[in-house]
Amino acid sequence: MTAIPRHDHPQNDGGDHPQDDGRDHHGRPPRAVVGSQINQDEEMFGAAFDGRVVRRFFHYVRPYRQRINTALIAVLVFTGAQLAIPLIIRYAIDEALVARQDGGSDGGGGMAILAGAIAAFAVVIIVNYGASYIQDRLVGLTGEKVIFDLRRAMFVHLQHVGLSFMDKTEIGRMMSRLQGDVNSLQEFLENSITAIGDLVLLFGIVAIMLILDFKLGLLTLSVVPVLLFVRLIWLPRARIAFRGARETNSSANGALAEGIHAVRTVQGMGREAVNFALYTEKAQQNLAAHLRSAKFAQAMIPIVDTLTGAAMGIVVVVGGALVLDDALDIGVMVAFLFYVQRFFDPIRSLTIQYSVMQRAMASGQRIFEVLEVPIAIADGPDAADPADIEGEIEFDHVTFGYVKNQPVLKDISFTVHKGETVALVGPTGSGKTSITSLLHRFYEVWDGGVKIDGRDVRDYAKAALGRHIAMVLQDPFLFTGSIFENIRFRTQAASREDVERAAKVVGAHDFIARLPGSYDTMLEQQGRNLSLGQRQLLSFARALVADAKILILDEATANIDSYTERQIQIALSRLLEGRTAIVIAHRLATVRGADRIVVLQEGRIVETGPHDALIAEGGLYARLYALNYASFDDIPEDILADAINEQART
Amino acid sequence: MAESKADIRDQSPRQAITLRQQAYKGMEDETEYTFSTDAAVLWRITRLMLRYRLRVALAVAATIAAAVFQLMIPRFLGQAVDNALGLLGSGAVVGEVAREALFEAAMLLLGASILRGVFTLMHNYGGEAIGHLIAYDLRLLFYKKLQSLSFSFHDKMHTGELITRGMLDLEGVRMFVNTGLLRLVLLVNLIGAGGYLLLSTDLLLGALSFSFVPFVAWRSSVARLRLRALWLALQVRMGRLGQIMDENLTGIRVVRAFGAEPHEVGKYDIAADDAMTIADERIRTRAASTSIMTFAYFISMGLVLWVGGIRVLDGEMTVGALTVFLTFITILQQPVRQLGLLVNSIARASTCGGRLFSVLDLEPAISDGPDAKALETTMGAVSFEDVSFAYTDEDAPPVLHDVSFTVPRGKTLGIVGPPGSGKSTIANLLPRYYDPSAGRVTIDGQDIRDLTLASLRQAVRIVQQDAFLFTTSLENNIAYGDPWADDQMVRGAAATAQIDGFVANLPGGYETLVGERGVSLSGGQKQRIAIARAALLEAAVLVFDDSTAAIDAETERRIRAALRNHMQNCATIIISHRLGALRHADEIIFLEEGRIVERGNHDSLIAAAGRYAALFALQSRDDASQDAAQ
Repeated sequence: MTAIPRHDHPQNDGGDHPQDDGRDHHGRPPRAVVGSQINQDEEMFGAAFDGRVVRRFFHYVRPYRQRINTALIAVLVFTGAQLAIPLIIRYAIDEALVARQDGGSDGGGGMAILAGAIAAFAVVIIVNYGASYIQDRLVGLTGEKVIFDLRRAMFVHLQHVGLSFMDKTEIGRMMSRLQGDVNSLQEFLENSITAIGDLVLLFGIVAIMLILDFKLGLLTLSVVPVLLFVRLIWLPRARIAFRGARETNSSANGALAEGIHAVRTVQGMGREAVNFALYTEKAQQNLAAHLRSAKFAQAMIPIVDTLTGAAMGIVVVVGGALVLDDALDIGVMVAFLFYVQRFFDPIRSLTIQYSVMQRAMASGQRIFEVLEVPIAIADGPDAADPADIEGEIEFDHVTFGYVKNQPVLKDISFTVHKGETVALVGPTGSGKTSITSLLHRFYEVWDGGVKIDGRDVRDYAKAALGRHIAMVLQDPFLFTGSIFENIRFRTQAASREDVERAAKVVGAHDFIARLPGSYDTMLEQQGRNLSLGQRQLLSFARALVADAKILILDEATANIDSYTERQIQIALSRLLEGRTAIVIAHRLATVRGADRIVVLQEGRIVETGPHDALIAEGGLYARLYALNYASFDDIPEDILADAINEQART
Repeated sequence: MAESKADIRDQSPRQAITLRQQAYKGMEDETEYTFSTDAAVLWRITRLMLRYRLRVALAVAATIAAAVFQLMIPRFLGQAVDNALGLLGSGAVVGEVAREALFEAAMLLLGASILRGVFTLMHNYGGEAIGHLIAYDLRLLFYKKLQSLSFSFHDKMHTGELITRGMLDLEGVRMFVNTGLLRLVLLVNLIGAGGYLLLSTDLLLGALSFSFVPFVAWRSSVARLRLRALWLALQVRMGRLGQIMDENLTGIRVVRAFGAEPHEVGKYDIAADDAMTIADERIRTRAASTSIMTFAYFISMGLVLWVGGIRVLDGEMTVGALTVFLTFITILQQPVRQLGLLVNSIARASTCGGRLFSVLDLEPAISDGPDAKALETTMGAVSFEDVSFAYTDEDAPPVLHDVSFTVPRGKTLGIVGPPGSGKSTIANLLPRYYDPSAGRVTIDGQDIRDLTLASLRQAVRIVQQDAFLFTTSLENNIAYGDPWADDQMVRGAAATAQIDGFVANLPGGYETLVGERGVSLSGGQKQRIAIARAALLEAAVLVFDDSTAAIDAETERRIRAALRNHMQNCATIIISHRLGALRHADEIIFLEEGRIVERGNHDSLIAAAGRYAALFALQSRDDASQDAAQ
């Protein structure tokens, strides 16, 4: 359908030729990608220890101090038992078995010593069993509790920080702090405790080996520097490989998710083959990265095995010679062989711990950054919480803005009397939404004051504002849950009848009743299974159930089909009955119905009065009205600009 | 559950969370599987492996070799101990011979260790590599299958569910190769060969050394399955918690407006407690099973030490031989405990594989017939001939009844009607997103069911109401249907859709990214991008499915004017609830409950004073003004 001459390219071949990746059809690659091209990896590597983060973190650990201490003791006991077992075996061999073989004098004595060793062994393994359970249980449980506390603290804090902070924050980023970052701290806490066990085990083995036989111990330990050296070379490279695997994986999965979400567009546009070729490329990269990372992951195995073999060899040759010379007990040699086999485990987990700590410190910084955001608007000590209000609103010389030195509202003054409906009209950016936000004290005014019943909103408790002001937003936000729960929302005291009555008043009852589950129908993905008009009606019902004296309504701009539209207009008039209302109006029908119209332009009130008076005045409102659009939003920007300029000239 | 954790770590954190939330939605039915299908699924995964025969053979051989060298180590250690005790030497120069023997044992130990390491590497790497190769094959198959499956499938299938299958289920199948199959080979070898060696040396001691194996194997399997169930339950609950937080932050204005913070924290606490209960249970199960398995192993060791010690004291056995038994237990401990992982891996692979294969085995409901021909457009005329349609496997009433119309080339058909009257269904039948249940749809006399899908869909362009925008540049979005379009074409299409002015004012111009990190578009702007997308392409049939609902009337008029040239060369269908957009259509049909109840052009319909005229009156501004004046 373009006038431009058609060129052929074979991408519309039904998706059976993945080898056609479409390169060089016009001397350049196609304008095509699958999946998001943005690298979303937040993982950064910095210091492995940050005193501030650890201190703040321990604030959350402190309530569980008792448990942590018990867990630490259990870890030490557990490690001690592990260390003791080879010693018991050594004792049994040297004192009972070999003595018997060598001397052959007293079999009964050997037997008694063996029985003693076995008894000791039994005691040690029972202690080990208990300590192991207590350690696992307490470490896991405490980690879980601390992390739930921390996450809850963040969530509760976010309920009270100023909206100006929330406006600037991407939800996805915040969610990753609430979930991902919190988990890395949990991992850190759990690993820290087991790391203490690992350290004790490591030093315990070293100490015991050196005590049992200093020279042999030293010789055996000579393999350790080699391992550390190899691991130091290996670690940074392996980490790059692992990260590569992670990144290509998320890239391929992102492309898959996009392919699933967009499948209708893909089929409609015949993009199957192109997308498949692009996806294949991503999958190949992913495969290559994973193979590389697998190589790195496995590379340490033969090295550790070789070093273990070497250490055993040293024990056998040197230790064996000493035994032959009667300079060493055979039991010591056996114990050495046991220790050598355990030796590398703690070294491995301790080197992993370093990455865990790096990750945890970065996560901790992000988490505490959120917790440090000041609560912008808090109740004063004498905040009023009246049970009932009249509902008179006054804006008294209000100046306000979001960015310093860029006021959005300039010296705004107007009054809405009890029971009146005032419509705010004006082009985008004229400050309509800011007015409604200030009434609810989402932000603090720069100058002047907003009053309800003559009292400044700053002197009300926040809860009181929430109870006495109901708000219907432009985009009707619904929560996952039943329709009933959504209409009732905060007003938990509302009964089923209250909810149904409200739905009937706004004309939502009919469509709700037709749904398979009626009021118990679950809304999925924030009500995407309902039409926009239906969601709008539900949000009206929600405001009605809240039964507040003051209503703020931001009319939906999106076009709704004429049938629903009519219903909404009827619902609107019922909703406004007997309430003080400020309506950000987009439709002329709503504007005309208001008691008074406030026309805003660039943060100032330019006209105010009822519809007929404003028309008679022949100002901006009259000009816009004369353009004959059904909604002020329909007026194209250039025509609107013309009208404003013209108005300015006259 | 180490591998389950790994699933999530594989992702970058933010994406992982969104994908995970989508994914867990489809996870509740995870445990439903039957044993009869299990074997079939596992066999099928094994067959997929056989595509890489050589690698599999190498990996299995390496696994066996690793087990063999592993088993040699206790023997050499035992020898060394006896050498050191000088038991094997005889005659005068015991020392010298023994020293040589010690050196030999040390060398054997080193050699066996190195070979064990090398073969373990080959075993693990081989397993991982085969797993990733299979995953790669399955990924491509899955992606391709999803692209080819019809709308009726995607309507029924939750996107989150599909993402689970493509991500987590695929992962489950992949892990089976290394943690399942190859580990099984290793275990069978270790236990089998090791058992033979020990039992043949000393029946009682051998049996005692092995006494912990059945118990640990059983405990570890039971615990793993239990932990797996708990893990899944926990993920579902954490998903719910994440959803509560996400919605709270997204809907923060509603929350603040209603002063609902305490209510929200209450919701959070209930969900968090719920998750905590499962987390707690999980920790307890894990702690209990780990500690009892270690205990069992140590009991075995103690028994061997005891009975073996008595044998040594009785002179029936050397200290070296006892060492063989003791180190052998140590070596067995790790793999036996991992038996739980193996059982887990098998259970996971069979459910995951089953779910994955069930998608791969589907046949698209709509595909090219055996004799499908490419569409030949001559006039570009579209006809619906007595078309009826009902969504097949539901008891829902038919959506369309005997709908007939013809739109010749260069003409426009307008469709209007209340929500749910079947307007969009007409649009969806044209590119064969669905097939009619009766009647037929033709383009230039050719039944569209006889045509290749590719040629049909190239000829029919639908602009949908809610356009899907991709997280890429604006130009990539506009050129979605023709990635090779040059700049001039992209700009031309943007101009047609009246979005060029907006794009020109963006600092990044056409290269501006769409979405969170770039520009966020209003509903009307999105619709204009969708129109630009269609305007870039040639079409014989052009359908606007309520695609200007969020665009103001004046801009819509301009778009229509810009499209006029194109519309002369094709049949155009405009679905709209804004009658102004249909006023100039050559024919307008009014749909109600799937039937055409009125038809004609604007003037004749107004004259008929029926539903159309009533709707027109309702929408007409003149009317409204009169109301106001009164």
